[in-house]
Amino acid sequence: MTDKHPTPKVPGFTAEELVSKIGFCNQLKGGVIMDVVNPEQARIAEEAGACAVMALERVPADIRKHGGVARSSDPEMIAGIQKAVSIPVMAKVRIGHFVEAQMLEAMEVDCIDESEVLTPADDQFQIDKRVFKTPFVCGCRDLGEALRRIHEGAAMIRTKGEAGTGNVVEAVRHMRALMSQIRELRGLEDKQLEKRAIELRVPVDLVAWVAESQRLPVPNFSAGGVATPADAALMMQLGAEAVFVGSGIVTSGDPAKRARAIVRAVTHFEDPKVLVEVSKGLGEPMVGIDINTLPAQERLASRGH
Amino acid sequence: MLPLVGVLALQGDFLDHEAALRAQGVRTRQVRTATDLRGLDAMVLPGGESTTMLTLLDVESLWAPLGATLRSGMPVFATCAGMILLAERVENPVQRSYGLLPITVVRNGYGRQLHSGTFVLESTALPHGTTGTFIRAPRITATGPGVEVLARRNGDPVLVQKGPILAACFHPELGDNHVVVARFAAMVRAHAGQPCHTGRSAAEASA
Repeated sequence: MTDKHPTPKVPGFTAEELVSKIGFCNQLKGGVIMDVVNPEQARIAEEAGACAVMALERVPADIRKHGGVARSSDPEMIAGIQKAVSIPVMAKVRIGHFVEAQMLEAMEVDCIDESEVLTPADDQFQIDKRVFKTPFVCGCRDLGEALRRIHEGAAMIRTKGEAGTGNVVEAVRHMRALMSQIRELRGLEDKQLEKRAIELRVPVDLVAWVAESQRLPVPNFSAGGVATPADAALMMQLGAEAVFVGSGIVTSGDPAKRARAIVRAVTHFEDPKVLVEVSKGLGEPMVGIDINTLPAQERLASRGH
Repeated sequence: MLPLVGVLALQGDFLDHEAALRAQGVRTRQVRTATDLRGLDAMVLPGGESTTMLTLLDVESLWAPLGATLRSGMPVFATCAGMILLAERVENPVQRSYGLLPITVVRNGYGRQLHSGTFVLESTALPHGTTGTFIRAPRITATGPGVEVLARRNGDPVLVQKGPILAACFHPELGDNHVVVARFAAMVRAHAGQPCHTGRSAAEASA
């Protein structure tokens, strides 16, 4: 941490681990992390300027179509992608499935996503991420989910959004909820912070740190429903520090071109002229799903809490 | 007027660099276009992904103007991916670079993120016990003439300087100890104080 605030004390973390894990996530800022399902897509993503890839067997849109239980990917597929690119390779595990996480750490995956996109393995406990040396990223819908995941040891937070829909509305809802709940902590007295900590189910020192610093103690990225350069820039202007894109690129008409455009949009997220330029002639975007037509059991964001 | 340091802001931990530099009493500016290079006193190439930066340098038509700025003799500070951009030779894989610093670097030369961490540095130039945080760090396997090694880790050079160029395999901008950033800020102040200094970058002078 480089500002006037001291490094937050998270139980179970040493300051050095915090710098190393959070420092890794800081290197991804201003970048795009792309879902890929094979080495060829990974190379396309790297050439397009992705700062990392997320290796998985099916992008969320296909998980929706396919149905059934979605699990962590075949180690052989992940190893193939690790060989294919020089940028960091992330992979997903089911919520609470710490053995899948142990396996990814044994494979030296650079970052583990404990993800609601896969079918949860534990409906009570998420993984104790403090015991791993590998940094974890976790999804959130609001400040409470974000701080509970950080308390469990997550080194990066992303909005959940509604993965595999190509519809950014849920990611926007989650980012706005997170940012406004951080602002609401400003100026609270000790008693009020204690009350808020009980409501959020996290230690009061974590809440006090966020109240004082007016940000999360770990990088805050966005995921779930980004389909266009404009969507990516929207999430950045709302406060995201980097963007995950999955189905939005892979299921579009020209993935390589769209990938390059979204990378540039994230760098220039505050420059509408560049956004106009990169958005021209990108071909067919992902078709997308209206969230209101999704039955409750098909909504991934409500997994984990 | 405080010296103005440009920080390449295409991707990476440029905000950490800005915060660390400002704490040392210099101004900063995020550099995303050739116009942003005008009027700088120094330049920082931050950590991040070098492949992403290379791609964007081309897309933004920034490769040549940034190169002119880096060659202008102003102080340059490069960390991790930034150091890879400056190195004369890059391996694993071989990739393009400015070649301004006669060193050979191997990308991810200390392994993947699992092998990242904070290590005590061996150095006579830095206070005893100074540590460095290495994140998927590049490894310097050879140094050419004129390169001064300021710090080592298990014998490997990890902080090097050649004239106005200072480069680190690790991340001096992270953590609470900014002794290396302070060293660079002193270089910037010394350079900005020179009477012949025009405050204009080479990019602008040649424009």
